[in-house]
Amino acid sequence: MEKFILAFIVGGAICVIGQLLMDGLKLTPAHTMVTLVVSGAVLGGFGLYDELVKFAGAGASVPISSFGNQLVKGALQEAEKTGIIGVLTGIFKITSSGISAAIIFGFLSALLCKPKG
Amino acid sequence: MSSFKRKNLTPVQQQYQDFARAREPQRPILANCVRAFIGGGIICTIGQGIQLFFIKYFDFDEKTAGDPTVAVLIMISVLLTSFGVYDHIAQWAGAGSSVPVTGFANTITSASLDHKSEGFVLGVGGNMFKIAGPVIVFGVFSAFIVAIISVMIKSLGGM
Repeated sequence: MEKFILAFIVGGAICVIGQLLMDGLKLTPAHTMVTLVVSGAVLGGFGLYDELVKFAGAGASVPISSFGNQLVKGALQEAEKTGIIGVLTGIFKITSSGISAAIIFGFLSALLCKPKG
Repeated sequence: MSSFKRKNLTPVQQQYQDFARAREPQRPILANCVRAFIGGGIICTIGQGIQLFFIKYFDFDEKTAGDPTVAVLIMISVLLTSFGVYDHIAQWAGAGSSVPVTGFANTITSASLDHKSEGFVLGVGGNMFKIAGPVIVFGVFSAFIVAIISVMIKSLGGM
């Protein structure tokens, strides 16, 4: 139960940061998401984002900032095995499930559904 | 508007800018933040539930359970988007619905649905990543830089 509360609070807090970027600095949603992804990647480089995931579970792994973290993590894991070329071959290793799921189901829905609204 | 752009305007245009800014409706920042907190928190709590489900009934541990969780959330979000429900959530929760990974899937699905009338190759295929593309491009590029720096530091014997 404690985990759910932590996930709620941390996930909510990251979304509030996004909302503040959108309303306070008047960024577009795309700029907001890019900012969050880049900061996730930088935090991931220092190993800080994994600490946050350990602490908050899905509260840290569901927001888009974890996408940046996982890109870095995949690149570094592969780089340890195969050297510097692993940065290129491993960068999508962990995020592959998210991106391919989004493409596949997005395309399926375009095949089957009509636009609403 | 940045001061750089402002310099290139005529005085009348500047007057108009001030006029327009004074009449722009104030954004209810606090209310928006509360909504984003609640909306984002609920999505992450659902994610936590899915994650625990994967840990309990499948062979995942705390570290690896994140990936299938994200995939399931994306699937749910695509379904909600195609039925037109996610837009209502997004209208209420603002960043609370666009910051979690479900928002990423929502942009992909809605872009491909919107451009369906232009055909499958150029419409759906070409526009699918119209909004989600920047996230991937900047994410990959920054991750590349960070990873290269980190590998360099390690190979030089640091850390």
